[in-house]
Amino acid sequence: MTALLSVQNLTLHRGSRRILDDVSFDVPKGGTLALVGESGAGKSTIAVALMGLLTRAEASVEGKAILEDTGDLFTLRPRAWTRIRGRRLAMIFQDAGAALDPCYTVGGQIVSTLRRNLGLSRKAARARAVELLESVGIPDAAARLGAYPHELSGGMQQRVMIAIALSGNPALLFADEPTSALDVTIQAQIMRLILDEVRAHGSSCIFVLHDLALASQSCDEVVVLYAGQVMEAGDAKTLLSDPRHPYTALLKSCVLEIGTAELTPPEGSVPSYDAMPAGCRFATRCPNALPRCAGEKPPLVPRDGRNVACWNPVGVPKAEAA
Amino acid sequence: MSEEGAPIFELLDVEKIFTITRATGPLKRETLRLPALDGVRLRIKQNTSLALVGESGSGKSTLVRILLGLNEPSNGQALFRGRPIVEARKGLRAPFHRDVAMIYQDARGSLNPRMSVEALIAEPIRHFRLCAEKEIPARVAALLARVGLPADVAKAYPAGLSGGQVRRVAIARALASEPSVLVADEAVSGLDVSTQAQLLNLLADLKRTMGLTLVFITHDLGVASYLCQEIAVLYLGRIVETGPTNDVLNAPAHPYSAALRRAAPAFFEPIAEPLPGEIPSPVNLPPGCRFAGRCPRRQDDCLALDPPLGRVLPGRHAACIHPLTGSPGGPAERGDAAPSNPDAVL
Ligand SMILES: Nc1ncnc2c1ncn2[C@@H]1O[C@H](COP(=O)(O)OP(=O)(O)OP(=O)(O)O)[C@@H](O)[C@H]1O
Ligand SMILES: Nc1ncnc2c1ncn2[C@@H]1O[C@H](COP(=O)(O)OP(=O)(O)OP(=O)(O)O)[C@@H](O)[C@H]1O
Ligand code: SF4
Ligand code: SF4
Ligand SMILES: [Mg+2]
Ligand SMILES: [Mg+2]
Repeated sequence: MTALLSVQNLTLHRGSRRILDDVSFDVPKGGTLALVGESGAGKSTIAVALMGLLTRAEASVEGKAILEDTGDLFTLRPRAWTRIRGRRLAMIFQDAGAALDPCYTVGGQIVSTLRRNLGLSRKAARARAVELLESVGIPDAAARLGAYPHELSGGMQQRVMIAIALSGNPALLFADEPTSALDVTIQAQIMRLILDEVRAHGSSCIFVLHDLALASQSCDEVVVLYAGQVMEAGDAKTLLSDPRHPYTALLKSCVLEIGTAELTPPEGSVPSYDAMPAGCRFATRCPNALPRCAGEKPPLVPRDGRNVACWNPVGVPKAEAA
Repeated sequence: MSEEGAPIFELLDVEKIFTITRATGPLKRETLRLPALDGVRLRIKQNTSLALVGESGSGKSTLVRILLGLNEPSNGQALFRGRPIVEARKGLRAPFHRDVAMIYQDARGSLNPRMSVEALIAEPIRHFRLCAEKEIPARVAALLARVGLPADVAKAYPAGLSGGQVRRVAIARALASEPSVLVADEAVSGLDVSTQAQLLNLLADLKRTMGLTLVFITHDLGVASYLCQEIAVLYLGRIVETGPTNDVLNAPAHPYSAALRRAAPAFFEPIAEPLPGEIPSPVNLPPGCRFAGRCPRRQDDCLALDPPLGRVLPGRHAACIHPLTGSPGGPAERGDAAPSNPDAVL
């Protein structure tokens, strides 16, 4: 599959803190990819960097992000961004309630987005807004245009956000934990909605998810991040059914299913940026760590049908691993 | 009321109605009744652990606010050890405040950012005069150790701690008054799986070693199954099913519980087919069963009768005329006065 977006050696600093360390992955055209990993791993940072939402004063970026038909996103001028954001690239935020402006009606917000992004007249934008709300399953859509965000349930607010994000027919959609505030029945509904819409438009989607089971249900590819480094990346089924990286295996062992009787989480937490090992950042908590791990960064290399960055992977005989 | 096995909390046909006003036109407003809880019966016994699950807006937080005495029922009775909760919590030093502790979902927002961790945890100890002033630092250190935090966190401020650490501080502070009940609203949601697993093990351990009673709101059925012996499923202000957690999740009786169960993410399965239709507006409940508009098992009688919570199997209750498991518990079939069913015991 060709890549719609190819992120190459992305390193991002905030001040002296190296938040992303040499991150590379491809988003297949028409495919879905999940970024997973613990809090602070840099998942949202990747999304905002790729959306061009970070200023130079906030963060310095090295590496490339090649978007098909556009080129390297990190070299785009502000003017070019206004043509791309909302049209070729769009984003759904975690907290729809916070992302919608409480002072304006839902309809007003969709109409102004449509007019800005698509240059529609007020009347055409209104008609399109009704269509969009209907397409995301909001009953009585015309009447809902006059509603304020707080008059809608959390699930409906999220659907409005999806309608806004899809309004420009984006080639690539970012969905940052789109359902983590919702119950499981609404979650299933919203995930299906996003996937159906993305497929109908032939778009690609990057999800940020913390639920590995949900990632396995919704994504073709998975990228596992830890403290700004890619630990393991590849086909979702291959990677999640039989992890090679100790960190992926650990994440999987913490997933609770109905009837789970025992959990043995690792103690400790992600080190602070001042105490980060120079090599593999997982070294301070890794059950497989070798003496070399903290000092030498393992390269991301193909192994058993996916890419793994580890000196001592799971399920690989020692001699071969080294 | 006898001490033996007497429930800590008892809700008897509790109803909570909010009044909301909304504009219907320029200068025109209407006042509406919103029944956030409707006919809720629940007994929570000592040293049990209860999960509250259900759709957003189903009334979970309202139920917890009633248990904490922050909301008074509009109708029915809410009792703490046999006394009305609002009465039991009168007075700043009433035993109720010591006995019942709360962990909020927004742990950071619930902690004063200008207080050090030590001061935050010492506050309830001082308030309830649980020990001499000079013993406080040792007590704080013991609580921090109990929740798995290093001792030097005592000097830190909430802003300097990670999300998982802040949750632990909130738990340590909740435990400081030596409560017998811990109530938590989405206390582990939004955390990393490894932090979440650490906190769940901590809570399970506290329950075992300190005999804590846990009331735990969650939308993660895996969390409910791991931590809680009992479950109550809410839908639109009504408890629609209760019973032992794994029994309910493995063989739900109420069609809504079954839909919840199906929707829980499972590795490599296709994403569950959503329920048809929209959750009805609570200000305009349909007649009959409130789940009828979305229920795959609906029959004509479902539109005529609003089924109360009734016994479907020993230890299992559901509010459904055509349950998936066991026999229907409605008064029509069984002749027992299901609305005041005495064995709706948790
Ligand atoms: N605005 C900011 N200013 C300074 N540091 C930031 C900012 N936003 C994020 N960071 C830091 O960058 C790192 C990565 O954060 P990011 O939000 O990308 O993580 P994440 O993987 O999305 O985590 P979560 O699962 O909690 O959303 C963290 O250490 C965080 O503290
Ligand atoms: N103070 C209030 N005034 C008016 N209506 C309220 C108030 N508090 C809650 N409600 C309404 O009562 C119903 C139950 O709300 P509640 O917050 O208890 O739901 P919940 O199950 O906790 O939902 P969630 O999972 O989204 O937290 C909802 O319809 C809500 O809009
Ligand atoms: S074995 Fe070494 S390289 Fe591999 S994850 Fe553990 S610490 Fe990192
Ligand atoms: S009473 Fe009827 S409509 Fe209601 S849940 Fe049971 S079968 Fe479905
Ligand atoms: Mg994030
Ligand atoms: Mg709530």
